[in-house]
Amino acid sequence: MDAVDLTGLLALGFAAGVAGGLLGVGGGVLFVPALVLFAEESQLGAQATSLVAIVIVSLVGTWRQREYGNVRLRDGIIIGVLSPLGVLAGVVLSNVVSERALELSFAAVQLLFAWQLAGKAGLR
Amino acid sequence: MSSRLLRLAAIATAAGAFSGLFGVGGGTIIVPLLVIWLGYGQKEATGTSLAAIIVIGALAAGAQAAYGNVDLGKGLLIAVPAVAGVVAGTALQQRISEKAVAGAFVALLLASAGVLIF
Repeated sequence: MDAVDLTGLLALGFAAGVAGGLLGVGGGVLFVPALVLFAEESQLGAQATSLVAIVIVSLVGTWRQREYGNVRLRDGIIIGVLSPLGVLAGVVLSNVVSERALELSFAAVQLLFAWQLAGKAGLR
Repeated sequence: MSSRLLRLAAIATAAGAFSGLFGVGGGTIIVPLLVIWLGYGQKEATGTSLAAIIVIGALAAGAQAAYGNVDLGKGLLIAVPAVAGVVAGTALQQRISEKAVAGAFVALLLASAGVLIF
């Protein structure tokens, strides 16, 4: 790993953490490409390795947000514990629906959420 | 089961499906649904989403590690600047309005949908 790789990992890692803290996401959307580009990981390997960073970031982020009074811990844990239901549903879905159809449906869901959140926050 | 618990279960299922299928993205489902379905404030939704992601990420990391796919050293290396980032990001969030957080989240959703479409 050379200086460019290390700089890239540090910069994208920091950006992923900021995004995680600000927006409540794990940061995988930045960790995965960072590991592919700068740490010689395959796409699949990067997705697996990124989980280490995601767990650490979400732990520290939850601790900070709890101090700020922004965590309903019980609801968060219930969602986490029940999430394997969704992983199973995802496996079933991926066997009956094409990958392209799944991508487009999730994109549609995200656009709908964007519209509703913008309305709720008075942005449109 | 109460309707509140049913809603949390539905959010969990959607988030698990999304992250299971695409490797990332549980948070982009959890935050909007907490706001839209359960009346959460935007900041509360992001904080609670992080708590859920601890569990979702730990379960997935355990499964991936069992298959030998996790490079712990590289994961820890990129986590170091990320920890500094998340402390900065949560502190920054306390200084901006709920509306600004919502605006940034809408931008994230649009970008994520764009990546999926193209």
